[in-house]
Amino acid sequence: MSGVPLAAYLVLGLFMFMTGVVGVVIRRSPIVIFMCIELMLNAVNLTFLAFARYQFSPMVAGNSFREGQSAMAGQMMVIFVMAVAAAEVAVGLGIIMAIFRLRENIDIDEMNLLKG
Amino acid sequence: MSGFAITGELLFFAALAGLAMLSAVGVVAFNNAVRSALCLVLNFFVLAAIYFTLNAEMMGITQVVVYTGAIMVLFLFVIMLLNIGAPQLLSDKKDPKTAVGMTLGMVMFTLVALQVLPGLMSKTQPGAPNDYGSPVNVGRALFTGFIIPFEAVSILLLIGIVGSILLAKRRF
Repeated sequence: MSGVPLAAYLVLGLFMFMTGVVGVVIRRSPIVIFMCIELMLNAVNLTFLAFARYQFSPMVAGNSFREGQSAMAGQMMVIFVMAVAAAEVAVGLGIIMAIFRLRENIDIDEMNLLKG
Repeated sequence: MSGFAITGELLFFAALAGLAMLSAVGVVAFNNAVRSALCLVLNFFVLAAIYFTLNAEMMGITQVVVYTGAIMVLFLFVIMLLNIGAPQLLSDKKDPKTAVGMTLGMVMFTLVALQVLPGLMSKTQPGAPNDYGSPVNVGRALFTGFIIPFEAVSILLLIGIVGSILLAKRRF
């Protein structure tokens, strides 16, 4: 798409990230909080891909990163973010399951075992 | 930047972006966890379409397969297993947390936008070659220049598998 400015993609990514932040702050169900974290990760992925596509790098001159490689680096970061998100979800949902088995209640405001 | 031409591409992107924003708000706003999860599925599909408009085909396919295919199925599976349906909704009390969270979000949005966007407004044309996101090019980059992070991520995934099995098996 050539008619869309880079800033449009960045505004969309920023909006999704902030929606995720607000969700993590105001919701009380740990599963929804996990979903909001996924939302934030996806917003960052969108930003990575937009920058990779538009090749915005103010220090191209004298940069050791060659032109073609900088378009690839953004996509590689997206792949790694996806892999880390998959691992995080598997372990995090396991933790939620373990907590649920322990106390039959998953209100995040009542999880204060580590309060000391 | 006042001279934006309203092209068909811009309108198409605006429709996709509006749908993505609506479904993102839906994830936070719905009280039912299943509805939040379905909104998130819609959001991931729209994001995959947006990746296609960025010519990142491989990333769009991976988005559909990994996020909507694996991660969201895991989410829905856990929601069903824990039986968090309509009967035992966590009724979100009207506490000051909501107002504080919304204010925090809006303030952060404004601050980040004011800091980041002005320097980037002039960038309207893509600079990368059109086939930069094809599976051939992504695979070549992944297995040549980025082979060490790739292996590190595979070890991380292995640890994640072992950890989740351990968490699921342990008796408390």
